Amino acid sequence: MTNITEKLELFEVFVRSKRGLDHKHVGSLHAEDHEQALEYARDCYTRRSEGVSIWVVKSSDICASQEDDADCFYDPSDDKPYRHATYYVLPDPVNNM
Amino acid sequence: MSDIKAATLEYATRLGDDSVVLGHRISEWVSYGPFLEEDIAYGNVSLDYIGRARMFYTYAAELAADGRDEDDFAFMRNDREYRNLLLMEMPKGDFAYSQVRQLFADVYYTVLLPELLQSKDETLSAIAAKAIKETKYHLRRSRDWVLRLGDGTEESHKRTQKAVDQLWGYTHEMFDMDETEQLLADEGIGVDVSKLRDAWLKMVTDILTEATITVPEDSWAVRGGRTGYHTENLGHMLTEMQIVHRSNPGCKW
Repeated sequence: MTNITEKLELFEVFVRSKRGLDHKHVGSLHAEDHEQALEYARDCYTRRSEGVSIWVVKSSDICASQEDDADCFYDPSDDKPYRHATYYVLPDPVNNM
Repeated sequence: MSDIKAATLEYATRLGDDSVVLGHRISEWVSYGPFLEEDIAYGNVSLDYIGRARMFYTYAAELAADGRDEDDFAFMRNDREYRNLLLMEMPKGDFAYSQVRQLFADVYYTVLLPELLQSKDETLSAIAAKAIKETKYHLRRSRDWVLRLGDGTEESHKRTQKAVDQLWGYTHEMFDMDETEQLLADEGIGVDVSKLRDAWLKMVTDILTEATITVPEDSWAVRGGRTGYHTENLGHMLTEMQIVHRSNPGCKW
């Protein structure tokens, strides 16, 4: 294999395995464009009847959170236990909620 | 054996030969694909064709009822006994050459299989039903590639045009009829391929034109595959394809 893949776009592949379920990220691949990416996704990720629907997204179009952001993104929720349903004590009459 | 049964056996063998030879040619790309994703995708197409050959050969063996099985049809016959179309046995060439051959074959099956689906022979019809779905995907791929390469760079255009010019003369044989196939067409078992050329030519012309490729004149034609007269390429290919089976006759694993 040559370095031809450097000239191709990288795509992330999402496959929905069954109707009613969500699309799940299964991996990535190289392709010239969306159309080709969809075909390669079919050949690389659904060879054993894994899916009923495929999404492909250019990896460069994904905006991801950074490790450095962890402090300001997630820590502030740590001291807000009232955001969890388990924080609330239910009155006896609604025991079966 | 009745005439019709004998003709059906011959017909199933021919269709199996077309599939196994093309399937093997495609498999020669495995690990040589231009990049990993294409390597896997084209390997998949090869498996579709080899699977199709198995179905045709299994049916042929059932009709022959002489103790042979699918493997005997694939691995124990010499080139002169093979009845595949010459187009299928041409060497893989460069990638443009393989994709152009693929397009010619895929369009051929696109027009042929819906007719075979109508066959009064239930097995042939069932094989066609499965193959139609595969071919729809194969054509999508080969059409994409011919468009990409034909309307791509100067180099890819040049190679694609060259492949079309070199292969064109091998496409006429696909639409030839002989006594065997005429008998089956009359019985509603086989397909009258002589009626398919217009549809094939229109589809191929549309795709080649969109790919900025010139459709060649019908100035030459090579024939012989259906009567066992092959190019030298088939013998070399079968040698490689059959060596393991012939070296270990009856081996099970």
